[in-house]
Amino acid sequence: MTQVEKMTDIIAKFIGHTAKKLPDDVIAKLTELRAKEDSPMAKVIYDTMFRNQELAVKLDRPSCQDTGVLQFWVKCGTKFPLIDDLEALLKEAVIKATFETPLRHNSVETFDEYNTGKNVGKGTPTVWWDIVPHSDKCEIYTYMAGGGCTLPGYAMVLMPGEGYEGVTKFVLDRMTTYGLNACPPLLVGVGVATSVETAALLSKKALMRPIGSHNPNECAAKMEKLLEDGINAIGLGPQGMGGNCAVMGVNIENTARHPSAIGVAVNVGCWSHRRGHIIFDKDLNCEVLSHSGVKF
Amino acid sequence: MSVEIRDGKKILVTPISADDLKDIKIGDIVYLSGSLTTCRDVAHRRVVEEGREIPVDVRNNAILHAGPIIRPIDPDNGKFEMVSVGPTTSMRMEKFEYDFVKITGVRVIVGKGGMKENTSNACKDFGAIHCVIPAGNAVVAAVCVEEIVKAEWRDLGMPETLWNCRVKEFGPLIVSIDSQGRNYFEEKKIEYNRKKDEQIAKISEQVKFIK
Ligand code: SF4
Repeated sequence: MTQVEKMTDIIAKFIGHTAKKLPDDVIAKLTELRAKEDSPMAKVIYDTMFRNQELAVKLDRPSCQDTGVLQFWVKCGTKFPLIDDLEALLKEAVIKATFETPLRHNSVETFDEYNTGKNVGKGTPTVWWDIVPHSDKCEIYTYMAGGGCTLPGYAMVLMPGEGYEGVTKFVLDRMTTYGLNACPPLLVGVGVATSVETAALLSKKALMRPIGSHNPNECAAKMEKLLEDGINAIGLGPQGMGGNCAVMGVNIENTARHPSAIGVAVNVGCWSHRRGHIIFDKDLNCEVLSHSGVKF
Repeated sequence: MSVEIRDGKKILVTPISADDLKDIKIGDIVYLSGSLTTCRDVAHRRVVEEGREIPVDVRNNAILHAGPIIRPIDPDNGKFEMVSVGPTTSMRMEKFEYDFVKITGVRVIVGKGGMKENTSNACKDFGAIHCVIPAGNAVVAAVCVEEIVKAEWRDLGMPETLWNCRVKEFGPLIVSIDSQGRNYFEEKKIEYNRKKDEQIAKISEQVKFIK
């Protein structure tokens, strides 16, 4: 087996695993939130969710039928030996995982409007690159972006006069319109930057941050907490049906901005937040950081 | 009698009459046993806009807004297995649902998220309910399917085919529109919007970072 085949195989298997089992931080948070609900309805919803995750592992099936569009955020060292092959290899891994797991066929070519039947297409899976100088490692976040949790995504540019009060309204408005149908409890990613695309990309990268981590900036971290408590207080609860908690967390990522503009974006991950995190060294020894007990 | 109570669970057993539904209220949790057929966008369009007769009898039975993953066991003899099934957004069917309920006589509509007046009027006028099954629980839902009895309109492809299933204690189903026409999500939204405005005001006081 060549090194390219080896890495393709590991990633395909890892994708399959993430379709069936949630990452450790998500399971821990859902367990914590479950204990905070007291209404019979919220309890029944959580009982169903936990039984579903057990059955998914037992019967070896994807836990949610919508296995999403695959998205990868790679932080690749310039000296990682497979850097040239990486993008093609990720696409191949998605095709492999689609038939082995099996995953739903979720890639529709735009304009020609047909389903490719392989779960890949022009520009899918999505790959975002961060090049890391002087490194021979490759760090990859995998993500299954389901339809329901993709729908609330929204980005715009506010005027500075609207301030962070405007950012607050922007995020909360989205929660009561689209968020409640995106399978709460949600992980909410917020980007605050200089334009729509910088904010939008950060709002997705924010979803890759572990639950419970905080933005290093003190004001941003404070805002994360305020938004988390605020969204919970709206009372959307699990599945938007009412309850004490509707979010697993709010993660804000930021850059500097033009004095005349505040770019802001929101993206959400649903309760079935299928995020994976894996690191390869130059010899393809790898470590899975998101899911304990998984080794390749 | 089409409502059974077992282990404290309220189970609707098809065929269901309007009378069976009259004590069921929004926010109640019920389960379904009997005939459940997946039915979504194009099937609604065929029945309502094209006036075609639905090839599965859903009268006094249930439909599910969903596109499942099915495994063929013996497709020539109509044998399939349900691998994974979860609800899809019901709102997409809203524009057809009044006429759909009127024409087909369906009693229980299961899906994801709320619906609006077309559906709540249909529930009130013809004695039906809309329920949501907690989404993202494809395996729980699939194991409630005992058998796929028949598959119609297969020309529509796997997600849109009418998969007529025999289900056992399919659920939990949370009643979102009852046969009085009350709408759980619409009532909740008023409360959510009020609380949202309070929270925006409260948070805004504490995020005046631009001075
Ligand atoms: S929002 Fe998430 S859990 Fe809900 S149906 Fe979509 S992918 Fe599944």
